[in-house]
Amino acid sequence: MSAMLPSELDRPALARGRSAADADFKSASAAIRRAEFGDRLRTLALAAPLLLLLALSFGIPIVLLLSRAVYDPTIADALPQTSQALGEWNGQGLPADAAFTALAADLRDNQAKGTAYELAKALNARLPGARSQVLKTVRQLEGAGGKPPLEIMKSVPFWSAPGTWPAIANGTHALTSFYLLSALDLRWNADGGIERVPPEQAIFLQVFLRTFFVAAAVTLATLLLGFPLAYLISSVPKGLAAILIVAVLLPFWTSILVRTAAWTVLLQKFGLVNDLLLWLGFATERLDLMYSRIGLIIAMTHIQLPFTLLPIYSVMRTIAPSQMKAAYSLGARPFTAFRRVYLPQVFPGVMAGCLLTFILCLGYYITPALIGGASDQLISNFIANYVNVELNWEMAAALSFILLVFTLALFGIFARILGLDRLKMV
Amino acid sequence: MSVAQAAASTAAITPAGQEFVEFRDVEKSYDGRAFAVTRMNLSVARGEFLTLLGPSGSGKTTTLNMLAGFERPTHGTITLEGRPVDRLPPYQRNIGMVFQNYALFPHMSVEENVAFPLSVRQIAKADIAGRVARALDMVRLKQFGDRKPAQLSGGQQQRVALARALVFEPSLVLMDEPLGALDKKLREHMQLEIKQIHTMLGVTIVYVTHDQSEALTMSDRVAVFNNGGIAQLGSPDDLYNTPRNSFVASFIGENNTLQGTVGAISGKQCRVRLDGGGELTALAVGVAQGDACHVAIRPERLRLGTAAEGENALAASVDGRIYLGDHLRLLARLQNDQVLTVKVDTEATMANGQAVTVCCAPNDCRAFPADAGTAGSNSKQGKIQ
Repeated sequence: MSAMLPSELDRPALARGRSAADADFKSASAAIRRAEFGDRLRTLALAAPLLLLLALSFGIPIVLLLSRAVYDPTIADALPQTSQALGEWNGQGLPADAAFTALAADLRDNQAKGTAYELAKALNARLPGARSQVLKTVRQLEGAGGKPPLEIMKSVPFWSAPGTWPAIANGTHALTSFYLLSALDLRWNADGGIERVPPEQAIFLQVFLRTFFVAAAVTLATLLLGFPLAYLISSVPKGLAAILIVAVLLPFWTSILVRTAAWTVLLQKFGLVNDLLLWLGFATERLDLMYSRIGLIIAMTHIQLPFTLLPIYSVMRTIAPSQMKAAYSLGARPFTAFRRVYLPQVFPGVMAGCLLTFILCLGYYITPALIGGASDQLISNFIANYVNVELNWEMAAALSFILLVFTLALFGIFARILGLDRLKMV
Repeated sequence: MSVAQAAASTAAITPAGQEFVEFRDVEKSYDGRAFAVTRMNLSVARGEFLTLLGPSGSGKTTTLNMLAGFERPTHGTITLEGRPVDRLPPYQRNIGMVFQNYALFPHMSVEENVAFPLSVRQIAKADIAGRVARALDMVRLKQFGDRKPAQLSGGQQQRVALARALVFEPSLVLMDEPLGALDKKLREHMQLEIKQIHTMLGVTIVYVTHDQSEALTMSDRVAVFNNGGIAQLGSPDDLYNTPRNSFVASFIGENNTLQGTVGAISGKQCRVRLDGGGELTALAVGVAQGDACHVAIRPERLRLGTAAEGENALAASVDGRIYLGDHLRLLARLQNDQVLTVKVDTEATMANGQAVTVCCAPNDCRAFPADAGTAGSNSKQGKIQ
């Protein structure tokens, strides 16, 4: 510090000379900026390969995938004639017969191109039950003989049902808010407004809430366990601290899948945890820890503990013991000294650790899948299900997008409260 | 040093029996075998500036920590204004403390740092503002109140620490090598500033340092620590001119040390036969006839020329000269190959190898028992050669 100032005795002299030297100062700072710009350019050039790799392997795929949440051309591509015929429809009642004819022609084209099933699935995502109706209609159109397509279309009640045509019309717009709304349990109603889906169809808001609750609970648990442990490690001699750190990190070196599997062994009805609880008399009968919320939180807490602990520890380590001594000697009782001197200094570490754990918990997949019950599946499990099982990537993208927005918003709030520079990661 | 001796030397400052701080038979051991502090008796008068001086590991910081309440003695009592404080936690002792690394709270501004001891005492806000302003004014940092400690230089940080330790008007302030991290010039400046504040406020200060010139400059009395005990307690003048043992003689100031054996003792003086030949008369400080001894002579008490009646005269040859600006140090090699440093005027024109006679009065030579621990590594003589 003292190196930055010529001498502290010179300070008043510096202050007096400031106004006179202002012009000099400005030109000097411009020169400094120019020099720094060159430095920055060089730094950027050094980082360029990595940035390029990140953009290609990380940034672009994410943008492409997320764009599927709002851009879904499947139906528009499959029904070109219908799209055109629906151009004049005002959305009220049934469209003109031309639309029915156009749809029939589109269906037959799709059958010929072999894309009928894809269309059926895409329509089904927006219009429950559409899949079987589309496939049935396609078969009828094929085996129609001389029967006019319009007649066949009119003979299937589904195509004249109230919700059908608005859904088709909506689907013919490639740019759609349908999936994003669905991810929030919302939909367009017949009048063009946004409404909540009926309670029996609403799932995602509840899943989001559950995800945030589990993440918050795990974060709190890791904080309660990690803070005292970090304090202990930071206050013992170096050799012992190294051993304790290794003990904390040891589980890190095991795959998360293995650790989760280990917890299924421990938590099951006739597992070690239940044995212990019975033996200690804390429980009178065996508890259902597996496939339960509490089991899930226990396993996730174990996995997340180092993520919360390490940033806290790294900050605690930098706080000199003389800080607390000084507080005591100045008359602060231990609790006051902790609250006013220690805690404010470790707070950035606590925030960093908690934020890290909270955000990682939002994306948990394996552990809820293996340890959680049906009602403990988090949002990632739903996303995975849409990607792997339902093959509805649009819905997966929409859920991911909402999750990303929530996460970024949360991060933004923390950064706003703390200042990003104060978040000390490991 | 016994209690009686200590009391005698403080008699001028404190009436007997009214010591402000008193250590009585205090011992501190961390493992039950080795002692960090052994059987220490020490008293500090109200308003006194007492320095605990010693090499690292000599027990001075442990002593200070026991007084501050960070460590508890394993034996003995410490009293503050007649009240035993052994069971009192640090936050109830009302003692201000300045640390070597300043220990300012980095998340608080300068003002908040200085206000801290007042706010934990639940003093009214309006009152705090005035006292903080006065304290900052005292250390000439009024305009830096809203800075963070990291934005200040080392000297400014130390002044903030000083203001913080004084603002709640403690009757006793402890300083643990407070200037250790500063460069020489700033350190000397701060020494004067601390001394001024001490005079102005009349506060009692116990100051720890390993820098003997700092101790001599600032203190009313200095306790020289060695191996967990007090080697000598006295005014800077006492320590410099009448060291009681060879440790103090070599630790305080600069001293020549000659090895020898005690011969005949007459009154306060004795003859010493130097190892390797030569003989001189010295003050006997706790030596008996036949003892191996160290004779300590200050460079400025040595003189080149012819010996007067009753003076010691040692034949030597000039072995080198060290130019120090205001004076010159000559290295004089005695015939027994021991080397003396002699302080002479810059006009002196002795060439290397020239034969000289080194003279000194017997009362300026002090013979100590050789076994009583020398501080060889700390003596200036080691640095010159």
